[in-house]
Amino acid sequence: MSKLKLIIKREFIAKVRNKSFIVMTFLSPLITVGMGALVYFFMKKNDEKVKKIVYVDESRLFSKDDFSDSKTIHYEDFTSVGIDETKKKVEAGDYYGVLIVPKIDSLEILATSIEFYSKESPSLSLINSLESKIESKLRNTKLTNLGIDLDKIASSKIKTQIKMFDFSGEESSKLINGLKIGVGAIAGYLLMMFVIIYGSSVMRSVIEEKTSRIIEIIVSSVKPFQLMLGKIIGNASAGLLQFLIWGVLLFIIGTVAASFFGLSFTELQTSGVSAEQLETAKQAVGADKMQLVIQEILRLPILKMFVLFIFYFLGGFMLYSSLFAAVGAAVDNETDTQQFMLPIMLPLILGVYVGFATVINDPHGSIPVIFSHIPFTSPIVMLMRVPFGVSWGELVISMSLLVATFVFMVWLAAKIYRVGILMYGKKPTYKDLYKWLKYKG
Amino acid sequence: MKNLLEINNVIKTYGNYTALNNVSLQIPKGSVFGLLGPNGAGKTSLIRIINQITMPDSGTIFLDGEPLSPKHIADIGYLPEERGLYKSMKVGEQALYLAQLKGLSKEEAKKRLKYWFEKFDIASWWDKKIEELSKGMAQKVQFIVTVMHQPKLLIFDEPFSGFDPINAQLIAKEILQLRDEGATIIFSTHRMESVEELCDDIALIHKSNKILDGKLTDIKRKFRSNVYQIGLSTENNDAVSSILHQNFEVLPADFKLFGDEFICNVRLSKNQSSNDLLSVLSNQGEVKHFVELIPSANDIFIEAVSKNN
Repeated sequence: MSKLKLIIKREFIAKVRNKSFIVMTFLSPLITVGMGALVYFFMKKNDEKVKKIVYVDESRLFSKDDFSDSKTIHYEDFTSVGIDETKKKVEAGDYYGVLIVPKIDSLEILATSIEFYSKESPSLSLINSLESKIESKLRNTKLTNLGIDLDKIASSKIKTQIKMFDFSGEESSKLINGLKIGVGAIAGYLLMMFVIIYGSSVMRSVIEEKTSRIIEIIVSSVKPFQLMLGKIIGNASAGLLQFLIWGVLLFIIGTVAASFFGLSFTELQTSGVSAEQLETAKQAVGADKMQLVIQEILRLPILKMFVLFIFYFLGGFMLYSSLFAAVGAAVDNETDTQQFMLPIMLPLILGVYVGFATVINDPHGSIPVIFSHIPFTSPIVMLMRVPFGVSWGELVISMSLLVATFVFMVWLAAKIYRVGILMYGKKPTYKDLYKWLKYKG
Repeated sequence: MKNLLEINNVIKTYGNYTALNNVSLQIPKGSVFGLLGPNGAGKTSLIRIINQITMPDSGTIFLDGEPLSPKHIADIGYLPEERGLYKSMKVGEQALYLAQLKGLSKEEAKKRLKYWFEKFDIASWWDKKIEELSKGMAQKVQFIVTVMHQPKLLIFDEPFSGFDPINAQLIAKEILQLRDEGATIIFSTHRMESVEELCDDIALIHKSNKILDGKLTDIKRKFRSNVYQIGLSTENNDAVSSILHQNFEVLPADFKLFGDEFICNVRLSKNQSSNDLLSVLSNQGEVKHFVELIPSANDIFIEAVSKNN
C-alpha cells in the first residue's frame, strides 16, 4: 500500500471513530427532523385554543354572517347586553376581547371609530383579520348605497397567472422558484458549514501531531506534503461519508414521518405557499399537494446538483483545508490560531452573504456571476445558482479556476506547513510565514 | 565500504542564520557514533538532513556508497529528542501504521512487533491507548517503532531521557546488541557517561562547525595531559613533597584513599615516563595508588567547546 493511502486511511479512521463524528452524523438528522416536528406540534397546539371574541354592534350594520367563526376564533353577538355590561362580562369571563361598533351614520367616520378591547395585546394577524372583515362589509354597504349590484362586481373578478417557460421548454412557477432558492441556499450554506467543520478538523489534527511531537517521526518516513495531502483527503472522505449518511437518513426519516403524520405532513410541506398558487399549480399538473411538491422537486436538476455539490465541496474543501493545515502547522496550540483564522473565514462568509443577497433577486446578475467564478467564493455562490440553470460553459470555467487555485494553494500551504510543523515556541507573524515560503528544501 | 555514512561539506542556512557550516563527517559501519555538541550547535539540523526531513543548501551525503535519496528512508530509523505518539491511537495499531510507513508489509510488521513486544514483555499493551501508558512505557513502544524495520542506520537523539535507570540500561544493552548485529548507530546526547559507555567514535559540533572528530580512544590520547594521581604511605610527608617538587610538576589533588596517605597529582614533562615517577616514589614509601588521569568525554567536551568560544 502506498504511503499516501496509508495516511488517508489512518486520518479517515481516526476521524470516523471519533465520538463526536458518530454523534454528529446520526443525531443531527434526528434533531433536525425532531425540531421540525416539534415546531409543527407547538404551532398546532398554539392554534388549538379557541379565542372567544364578542361584539357590540350599535350601528346594526353587521350580522352574524359577517363574523363567521374560524377554527381558532369564535364570535358572539353581545349587542343586546350593552357596552358597559359587556365590557365587565368580558373582563371577568372567559373571553378574549370585545369589538365595539358605535352608532355613527357616516361610513367614513365609522371606519375609524371602531374599538377593540382585550385582556392582552392581540396578535397582528387577529387585528388584520378583524379589519378586513369590517372593511369588506363597509365597502359592500357603500357600494349598495351607491346603487351598484354586488353580484355584478363579484362576477367581474378575474384571476391572472403568468405561466413561465425557459427556451428549453421547461415550465416553471412561483412555487418552483421558491424551491430553487431554498435548495440553493441550503446547499451553499451546508457547503460553508462542511468546509469550516472539516477544515478546522484538519487544523486540529495538524496541531495534535505537533503537540504530541509525533510529527518528526512521521516526516522522517513520509514527505510533509504527503502527510498534509493525506490528512486533507482523509478528512474530505469522512465529510463525504457524513453527507451521504445524512442524505440516506433524511430520506428514511422523511418517508417514515410522512406516512406517520399522513396528511398533516403534507400541510407542513406546503404551508408556505398560498392557496391560490397551489390551486393553479394543481390544475396545471393535475395532482394533489404532496405529489405536486415532490414533482416540482424532482424537476430540479437533482443529479447535476448532487454531482456539482460533491465537486464544489471537494474543490472548496481542498482550497480551504490546505490553508487550515498551514495555520495548524504555524502555531503550537489552538488558541494561537485566531489571528490567522479571520482571513480564511472572511471569503467563506462573504460568499454566503453575497449568495443570499443577490442570487435570490437575480441568479444570473453580474454580481453573482462574478462571485461564482472567484475560486474562494465560487463553491458557495455557484451552488446557489445551479438550481436556476447555469450553462455547462460557465460551470467549466468556474470549475477550472477552482481546480487551478486549489492546486496552487495546496502547493503554497505545503511550503508553510513543511517549515511550520518543526517550529516550536514563538508564535509566528505573517512576516515569518512569508520567510518560510522562501526556505529551500 | 568502510563508512556507512559520508557527509561532505554540508551547508544549511535558515534565512540569515547558518545552522551548519561546511560540516563533513565519516561514520564507520558497525560503530556507535556519538554526535555531541551544546544546545543549538546544529546537531538536530544535521540529523534532519540525514533523515531527509530537510535538504542541505549544498554538500553531498552518501549512505552505503549511494547518494542519499528517498528510497533510503526504509534504511534509517530515527528516534527524535522531542518525541511522541498519537495519544488516542491504540499501541498495536499505531506501531503497525508507523512500520508500514517505513515500508514493511502489514504481515511482516505484525510478526516483528510480536517479537519485540514479547522481548520487552509488553504484549498486553497491544490494545491500550498511548494516553493510558506512563511516559516510560510509551518510550519503550517508541524504541520498538524506531528499530523494528531493521534499518542499517539508527539515529538516537537523547534516547535515555524519560527512562528510569533500569530501563535506560535495558535500552543501552539493546543499542549495543543492534550494533553487534551490524547496525550503525548515531547517538546524540548530553550525558557524557553514556558516551564513554557506548561510543566508538565521536564528533563534536559547536556553533554550526565541526570542531573535533575521530575515534574516542584517539581523541582521548590527543587530550591526555600526562597527569598521574598518586597516593603514598610514608613516614615523612614533607620530605616526599620536597623531593617531588624538585623533579616534577606537582599539582594539588582532590581524591580520597583509605588512610592518611600522602596524595598529589603529578604532571610529567615530555621526556619523563611514568616509570621515572614510580621509581622515585618507590624509594620514599609504599605506593598505594598510581593511575594516569585519562580525560573524560566530559572534560574533552568542555575543553574543546571553551577553546572555540
